Amino acid sequence: MAATFFGEVVKAPCRAGTEDQEEEEDERRETAEDREVRRQLARKREVRLFRRQTKTSLEVSLLEKYPCSKFIIAIGNNAVAFLSSFVMNSGVWEEVGCAKLWNEWCRTTDTVHLSPTDAFCVFYHLKSNPSVLLCQCSCYVAEDQQYQWLDKVFGSCPRRNMQVTVLTCRHVTDYKTAESTSSLHSPFLKALKTENFKEPPCCSLLEQPNIVHDLPAAVLSYCQVWKIPAILYLCYTDVMKLDLITVGAFKPVLSSRSLKGLVKNIPQSTEILKKLMTTNEIQSNIYT
Amino acid sequence: MFVPCGDSVPDLAGFTFLMPAVSVGNVGQLAIDLIISTLNMCKIGYFYTDCLVPMVGNNPYATAEENSTELSINAEVYSLPSKKLVALQLRSIFIKYKSKPFCEKLLSWVKSSNCAKVIVLSSSHSYHRNDLQLRSTPFRYLLTPFLQKTVQNKIKSLNWEEMEKSPCIPEIDDSEFCIRIPGGGITKTLYDEGYSVMTPQHLPCSGKCQVHGDYSLAVVFLLRFFDLFSVL
Repeated sequence: MAATFFGEVVKAPCRAGTEDQEEEEDERRETAEDREVRRQLARKREVRLFRRQTKTSLEVSLLEKYPCSKFIIAIGNNAVAFLSSFVMNSGVWEEVGCAKLWNEWCRTTDTVHLSPTDAFCVFYHLKSNPSVLLCQCSCYVAEDQQYQWLDKVFGSCPRRNMQVTVLTCRHVTDYKTAESTSSLHSPFLKALKTENFKEPPCCSLLEQPNIVHDLPAAVLSYCQVWKIPAILYLCYTDVMKLDLITVGAFKPVLSSRSLKGLVKNIPQSTEILKKLMTTNEIQSNIYT
Repeated sequence: MFVPCGDSVPDLAGFTFLMPAVSVGNVGQLAIDLIISTLNMCKIGYFYTDCLVPMVGNNPYATAEENSTELSINAEVYSLPSKKLVALQLRSIFIKYKSKPFCEKLLSWVKSSNCAKVIVLSSSHSYHRNDLQLRSTPFRYLLTPFLQKTVQNKIKSLNWEEMEKSPCIPEIDDSEFCIRIPGGGITKTLYDEGYSVMTPQHLPCSGKCQVHGDYSLAVVFLLRFFDLFSVL
């Protein structure tokens, strides 16, 4: 427990592990009604994959239905904007699935009629080369949903003959370094790769003691354990909302083997990105 | 589940299994870090589970440029075959309601691997100590009944003190006594499963978590632990 400036006593977060003991005591005191509420909440938080065109659920994992050799995953609005402008506008992409999930941060329930500002997680493959799969994930996937997401997307039979590329952003205040922070010029790119990823990365690797959490970490962990070549490009920025300069920081990734053949016209992509920014600015006001 | 780094599953029969509890001050985890890096233990696999919050980072035990780029995840297994030692390192906290399933899966794997014994390194809040405990060393051990018969006397000869029982409900005078390890994470759950030897430590701090990366207490703990380990 800790006292705030105003004198109120609040429970301070702690790495102690006391939450486990409280959890045990809660479980002992749980009634049948509490268990039912917990079951219903767990059902509500389930991750489901379905096809919006046919409104049917996917019976098997996404990669089982659509095996691929390249899987590019954008997590967060800046990474999503980067792929939308530079990759998706350079070819014809067909939607093959959509992840429906609910949590305290992502309350999109109607994934049929999404507006550009809605949080969503949609999968596409390239019509001219269906072995290239892309995921645009702008919703937050909570920690109790991350393994479910992995299971629904990657399935239980790992495929080693594919390469995974993940793009995401973190706030620059999360970056730990012995250097002075005034020498940091954000946004900047860092990479983390699995053992089986043999290509040189497009930027320097993330140094210790920096770590990555959430869905990008879940994907990379899965790939490391099951020996799938994968690389995570992490953009440290001081602007977490949609931002032209942050999106532009991902440009070195365009020279990677995964994205090289997919990008056709960079100046046109830059114009598309600017239009995307303008659309987003119209949607927001001082109350959002 | 355990997933080996190589193509074959290493034989852990007869090995001593060391693991931390994610507990106050992360002392157990820091101690395991020291053991792995000091003994230069080799990574042999991953304990891949949906019970721990995902995290990745580069090799925390890097000694050169070449090995600094090896990816590490939240639960990894290291071994030192010459000493028949295997260590599990946990680097993140449990997802809500997943600590018990984790203990079940872990113990099931340890059992099927035929490990000879399990040692859990843990810690507990110092502000729960009573007057007697405040006057003694901050280290305690807890043995499962089987090991109590075989090694208890040897441990006592090394001046280790057994974990005392305390009132189950401290506010009530005539409350029953039981083993309580506040701040010890899954330590008590593992002990109740009957497979563990524990070395809980009462942290001499104000009850807040220690500063990130403070290894000083872990070092003291380990130095005291190794003489106990020789007995076990």
